Amino acid sequence: MPKDNGIGASPKRREDVRFLTGRGKYTDDIQLANTSYACFARSDVANGVIKSIDTSAAEAMPGVLAVFTGEDFVEVGGNPAGWAISSRDGTPMHEPKRPVLAHGKVRHVGDAYAAVVAETPEQARDAAEAIEIDIEEQPAVIDMAAALSGSTFVHDEIGTNQCFDWGWIEDNREATDEAIKNAPHVTTLELINNRVVPNAMEPRASIGDYDPGTDEYKLYTTSQNPHLTRLLISAFVLGIPENKLTVVAPDVGGGFGSKIYHYGEEALVLAAAKKLARPVKWTASRSEAFLTDAHGRDHVTKIELACDKEGNFIAFRTETLANVGAYLSNFSTATPTFLHGTLMAGTYTVPNVYVNVKTVFTNTAPVDAYRGAGRPEATYSIERVIDKCADELGIDKIEIRRKNFIQPDQYPYTTPVGLSYDIGNYDALMDTLERRLDVAGFEARRAESAANGKLRGIGINSYIEACGIAPSNLVGQLGSRVGLYDAATVRVNATGNISVMVGAHSHGQGHETVFPQVVAEMLGIDEASIDIVHGDSSKIPFGMGTYGSRSLAVCGSAVVRATEKIINKGKKIAAHMLEASDADIELVDGQFTVAGTDKSVGFGDVALKAYIPHEFPLEDIEPGLEETAFYDPANFTYPSGAYGCEVEVDPETGKVDILKFVACDDFGNVVNPMIVEGQVQGGLGQGIGQAMLEVGTYDADGQLTNGSYMDYAMPRADDMPQMVVDHSNGTACTHNPLGVKGCGEAGAIGSPPTVVNAVVNALRSAGHDVTHIDMPLTPSRVWAAMNG
Amino acid sequence: MTNVSMTVNGKAVSGEIEGRTLLVTFLREGLGLTGTHVGCDTSQCGACVVHVNGEAVKACTMFAADAEGAEVTTLEGMANPDGSLGTIQAAFQEHHGLQCGFCTPGMVMSAASLLKENPKPSEAEIRDYLEGNLCRCTGYHNIVKAIMAASGQDVSSMAAE
Ligand code: FES
Ligand code: FES
Repeated sequence: MPKDNGIGASPKRREDVRFLTGRGKYTDDIQLANTSYACFARSDVANGVIKSIDTSAAEAMPGVLAVFTGEDFVEVGGNPAGWAISSRDGTPMHEPKRPVLAHGKVRHVGDAYAAVVAETPEQARDAAEAIEIDIEEQPAVIDMAAALSGSTFVHDEIGTNQCFDWGWIEDNREATDEAIKNAPHVTTLELINNRVVPNAMEPRASIGDYDPGTDEYKLYTTSQNPHLTRLLISAFVLGIPENKLTVVAPDVGGGFGSKIYHYGEEALVLAAAKKLARPVKWTASRSEAFLTDAHGRDHVTKIELACDKEGNFIAFRTETLANVGAYLSNFSTATPTFLHGTLMAGTYTVPNVYVNVKTVFTNTAPVDAYRGAGRPEATYSIERVIDKCADELGIDKIEIRRKNFIQPDQYPYTTPVGLSYDIGNYDALMDTLERRLDVAGFEARRAESAANGKLRGIGINSYIEACGIAPSNLVGQLGSRVGLYDAATVRVNATGNISVMVGAHSHGQGHETVFPQVVAEMLGIDEASIDIVHGDSSKIPFGMGTYGSRSLAVCGSAVVRATEKIINKGKKIAAHMLEASDADIELVDGQFTVAGTDKSVGFGDVALKAYIPHEFPLEDIEPGLEETAFYDPANFTYPSGAYGCEVEVDPETGKVDILKFVACDDFGNVVNPMIVEGQVQGGLGQGIGQAMLEVGTYDADGQLTNGSYMDYAMPRADDMPQMVVDHSNGTACTHNPLGVKGCGEAGAIGSPPTVVNAVVNALRSAGHDVTHIDMPLTPSRVWAAMNG
Repeated sequence: MTNVSMTVNGKAVSGEIEGRTLLVTFLREGLGLTGTHVGCDTSQCGACVVHVNGEAVKACTMFAADAEGAEVTTLEGMANPDGSLGTIQAAFQEHHGLQCGFCTPGMVMSAASLLKENPKPSEAEIRDYLEGNLCRCTGYHNIVKAIMAASGQDVSSMAAE
């Protein structure tokens, strides 16, 4: 019988009730008394020197309370990059300052150079339009290759558009070059991992508030990690003492990476709130979101796969240009390097792997982690070149992968690119995929499609990701400037109900439902008496938030550790109450019991005793029942999966239909199957969006040519295929207490190569000599590939 | 500034507005009904869908002044009289038809108007009807499933497992 409580159950999500009745509290829903409104003046040129800014007309307009320009923030710090990466020659990366408001130069369309605060949003907008700026325009730096050879710079002071030139692992370079030189077969593929615009449905918003009586600041903001935002603002940007700044991320309408980062608007509303001693609110329009949210992907890659004639892999060598846009966003230097290069062995035993990544400044919006972050780029390159190689050698697509899979008896398996995979079973996943996609029946279905004038293709993919981000010791060696543990406090109240304060933040992942399942399972009590508190830095311990499929693996582990401490203390209290030794107490179904007797005391009575400590052995036990744990993972977790899909291509028009998509994932243990399925479906949707529809395009002048929903193709309900999600092959993570791996990004990582592999397969089946089509696979691109 | 009066979720309301005030702004800021969301500025995302005189309308495309005298229903008005979740709301919860919840007001209001027009829509008809509603959590599979279920149809064939 399916469970209805605890780990493995799928209770209805408790947060849904407020969202379904209109009682959610997103940042823009919060209305503080006496609020004023900010509007930003943004550059409409991509690259230029600011000659002058005249704010006098704006200042004189009705309702205007203050106008700010970059000049007002020259004394404060910049928004930093969270990882320091060195080039192959050991030189540190170039790290130009990212100011609150542009100063001296504007560097991308949408770069804010001034802000108006007024009584109403309309007055602020009207006044922002009245600001006069004189910009001496420079040519826009857009194309990455041209950026590296050109003499126009995004940041003149560094005299290059290259941020760094990174090799991973540099010691592998020679051996990899040698192996490729001597290999019986080398497959080469050049590809583009298209830029996507994250487009969380809730646009970013921030409210700054300041209390002159206590000198305390409060920021409500659309963040995936309120403590990280607080740290960045305090330690790097405004210098507000951390203990004077509260950051609240209330309900957040999706993030997908784009709301990890601190943005200048957050600093502006805080500074303005102090100046005016009034709350200051800003809510992005969708147009602003397109221009200023950190975009994702945008790699140009050449990958080579060397193997023998039977398809046994010998080497992977990758050269990538990765766009970082105009400024370094907080994770932008880690995403194309340690979240990408370290995954370039995939699920395969390949002795030689070398990755070179050059990051490039361009006059475009900053680029940073977007659902999957680096790992989709790695998977795409590997899985596309394997398909091409299989075609060249005439080997079956599944067979070539199986032949090279790391085997279950090889764990822990250390790859040539620095990771140690703890566990997995890639053949088992592939077996399930073959069954659920009915690979054996494909040829018959292809014949049916052919009879209807359509080209049918099948695409196969095997992905691995490094999640549960991240072991602080390891990432510290790799250049991370922060630790990546998480934290939880379990507070058992006197009446026996429980508040769990967590560092993770839920913006669609259902933490309010899932974390209580874990605690309920451990304590043997009803999960309805357990509540989660998240998002408010003044209430929660210092955790690092939610991204990188880390919430359950890292913060959930902290919840387990804190709950274990509660159980241990509860045993001591129970032992005292039952006049037994604490070593003899066990907790079974919510009762502390003296082992082997019928003497027991309920969890609620122990909680009450903790807070009414009459006749308490105070020398042995403190009053109260509240425990905190910080959990720092010993390793990454390694979710993996075998994905497959079938497509039909209309040879007349190039239109692609994805008929069926099967995702077989190994997430280790699963706490809430319903939510895991939803996460995978969502990830698949975003990955299919990238594969089929989406690309953020800048023209040569640096204008984003599709900066609205009229022009940027978002995936819609009728773009989604039939989806099968299978997580029956879980191999429990070996190093965290729940045995979980994380499921949020898998779909977005595994689906793009699956789709492209299927379409190329369809075209080749009709005799077209097509080896690759860059995403998105629009009808015109597919048609051109057939007829080009 | 002019005065506007309408009925929202069965209650007579009125307020001062500018000519350019949008219905969605009046609902959210004038009445504090923040269940209706704004996700775009080109009337494409559908997060703002409400019913005006029984028709689904994107509240970001209508001036508040043009709703003078109208009957408006928002997400807040979709629960049963006893406060429990209405049929469509309950189906969204049951079938995990929402993740971050931001698109949800529009999804529920669009679903309600679809089911009024077409009480037993096919899966394809639902997907087609949701053309104007974006969900970036990309949870369309379960949204469609929830709407099928709310219409009383069997959804076992849509099980993802
Ligand atoms: S707010 Fe996007 S359609 Fe109305
Ligand atoms: S549930 Fe998040 S946008 Fe639909």
